[in-house]
Amino acid sequence: MNIYVLLKKTFDTEEKIAVTNGEIDSDGVEYIINPYDEYAVEEAIKQRDAHGGEVTVVTVGDEDSEKQLRTALAMGADKAVLINTEDDLEDGDQFTTAKILEAYLEDKEADLILAGNVAIDEASGQVGPRLAERLGIACVTTITGLEIDGDLAKIDKDVEGDVEKLEVNLPLLVTCQQGLNDPRYPSLPGIMKAKKKPLEELEIDDLDLEEDDLEPKTKTVDIFLPPEKEAGRVLEGEIADQVKELVSLLRNEKKVL
Amino acid sequence: MDFELSKEQTMIRKMVRDFAENVIKPRTVEIDTQAKFPLDIFKQMGELGLMGIPFPEEYGGSGGDTLSYAVAVEEIGRVCGSTGLSYAANVSLGASPIYYFGTEEQKQHFLKPIAQGKVLASFGLTEPNAGSDAGGTKTTAILQNDEYVINGEKCFITNANYADTITVTAVTGKRPDGKNIISAILVPANTKGLKITSPYDKMGVRGSDTAEIILDNVHVPKENLLGDPEKGFKQFLYTLDGGRISIAALGLGIAQASLEKALAYAKERSQFGKSIANFQAIQFKLADMAMEVELARNMVYKAAWLKDHNKPFTKEAAYAKLFATETATRAANQAIQIHGGYGYMREYEVERYLRDAKLLEIGEGTSEVQRMVIARQLGC
Ligand SMILES: Cc1cc2nc3c(=O)[nH]c(=O)nc-3n(C[C@H](O)[C@H](O)[C@H](O)COP(=O)(O)OP(=O)(O)OC[C@H]3O[C@@H](n4cnc5c(N)ncnc54)[C@H](O)[C@@H]3O)c2cc1C
Ligand SMILES: Cc1cc2nc3c(=O)[nH]c(=O)nc-3n(C[C@H](O)[C@H](O)[C@H](O)COP(=O)(O)OP(=O)(O)OC[C@H]3O[C@@H](n4cnc5c(N)ncnc54)[C@H](O)[C@@H]3O)c2cc1C
Repeated sequence: MNIYVLLKKTFDTEEKIAVTNGEIDSDGVEYIINPYDEYAVEEAIKQRDAHGGEVTVVTVGDEDSEKQLRTALAMGADKAVLINTEDDLEDGDQFTTAKILEAYLEDKEADLILAGNVAIDEASGQVGPRLAERLGIACVTTITGLEIDGDLAKIDKDVEGDVEKLEVNLPLLVTCQQGLNDPRYPSLPGIMKAKKKPLEELEIDDLDLEEDDLEPKTKTVDIFLPPEKEAGRVLEGEIADQVKELVSLLRNEKKVL
Repeated sequence: MDFELSKEQTMIRKMVRDFAENVIKPRTVEIDTQAKFPLDIFKQMGELGLMGIPFPEEYGGSGGDTLSYAVAVEEIGRVCGSTGLSYAANVSLGASPIYYFGTEEQKQHFLKPIAQGKVLASFGLTEPNAGSDAGGTKTTAILQNDEYVINGEKCFITNANYADTITVTAVTGKRPDGKNIISAILVPANTKGLKITSPYDKMGVRGSDTAEIILDNVHVPKENLLGDPEKGFKQFLYTLDGGRISIAALGLGIAQASLEKALAYAKERSQFGKSIANFQAIQFKLADMAMEVELARNMVYKAAWLKDHNKPFTKEAAYAKLFATETATRAANQAIQIHGGYGYMREYEVERYLRDAKLLEIGEGTSEVQRMVIARQLGC
């Protein structure tokens, strides 16, 4: 099976987000594989081990994305592709990323493409479905189970806590939800072997794309942190009086009643 | 000069940290309070290839370097001193001497399963009357009909209750000047005449196995002699030099953990209407801790780097061990102080750091022995 994984680097979940001059400060920040993409890598390796074939991990990113790709290789992926847009693109959005991935994947005859349900940074959940649409293949989001039998994929899909059972033909793109699997730790031999595995670096030029084709469809107007939570207020006195005070506050001060 | 870890070393740190945080950390308190050796954790560490980091693939290792191994010990020590000690002892004392001095056959037979993480191993040097003074070894090994017959007693041996192979040091003869010849012999733990018990109730590293070994007419084939029969003493000095880097790394991990816990607590705890991190008395403690941790890290990594580049590292390994382990004790002690009364309570864990750190100033050469080694290297 010809398997592709879409992977993004995101801030480590331990990092504190700081905004300076309307931009998120990324100085000295540690990056990790987007946790949902880790489920995708794990699932891809499992499916390959069960059905044969090859796992290629693809990222649209910058020079530093190599670290996350090497980690995926250390976990057991076979090849990695870094589409480096650092020098060519000022900005991008989900449209940009999906379009680049389309250009890369359109002639690859992928049987299965796995992505994360969302990236934990911008959490749009759009790149996977957009890409499937552009490639004209089926797409199932938030999967928690995957069994492949020949051309048929039997899927458990998380629908707000319930499970929907689906059968879909390959080729197929899925996005992976928590609960699908337990991503493995890259083993020591895996880490040592990862440096010898192929990691191809491409630029948009290599995909016959130009900056104009990739103009984002959205504009970021402002970036700000959620307001600090104000101290709460504890009412005192008899319950009946507290209820009266609460209603009066909601009506007169907060004007929500 | 390059102070940056390589990509592989960085990946190893991340993997070991994730493993330590997710798998070991939830068990750390139980490992300490119940003094329970976490065999299942060692099995998982073996499967991840952690037992074979500094050994080549042909002997079941991962083909990594000493620096990667030191980073792994540091990360495990950061969450659990007991697991860190047993890990460091298994690799540096159990496996390494076989790698350094073993014949090809011994490496295939004894080293490979240790490096692959399938079995554990120990190094039995210390005796009731021979600790710092290893030359005072009383255990004897006498060659009879192509077999060594070993008699004696070893104490404080890490991992021996769980080990497959124990490298035992013993007197095998006398040099012309009358001094004892000390050799190292590989003894399978299931050999008849070997009695391994754990009679100790330890202050710290309570989940690390520590054993007493009685050798009563233990017969092993003469092929089990490790390395040069005349140079056993030199060999274990070399082994201990390497081991010191790992004990230093363990101290570094405990010191790092002490700093992190103390800093987080100082920011959270409020007295006199302010966070105690605002008081200069607390700030100066934290500043000293942070500085010493970083200096210890530089020394540990440098000693590992020297070893990886085949340069002399005896003196630097002693610096690293002495400084990093004394830093660990100081940092843990200050972490308790910064926690006030809460630090004295087990729940806050910093008291365990101090109990664990103290061992590191004793095992694999006491702080006094490190100073002797350094002074000797200075030509005193
Ligand atoms: C938990 C634990 C695990 C251990 N694991 C192992 C193991 O796996 N294998 C193994 O072989 N051993 C092991 N040991 C033993 C350890 O290496 C010894 O305890 C250590 O070397 C000190 O020896 P000793 O206890 O006999 O103390 P002693 O040598 O009696 O030392 C007592 C004091 O005298 C000082 N001293 C001794 N000689 C001098 C001198 N010439 N000048 C100045 N001061 C001196 C020492 O520094 C110390 O302060 C372990 C010990 C412990 C506690
Ligand atoms: C075993 C035990 C028995 C005890 N028995 C009793 C008892 O019988 N009765 C009783 O009332 N209490 C008792 N205590 C409580 C003990 O007195 C307090 O723990 C102690 O006063 C410290 O207070 P704290 O733990 O709240 O630490 P904190 O006051 O929070 O101190 C934390 C750290 O901040 C430092 N710090 C605080 N303020 C400043 C400042 N302004 N400038 C610089 N540094 C500062 C402290 O020195 C310490 O290092 C006991 C405690 C223990 C552990």
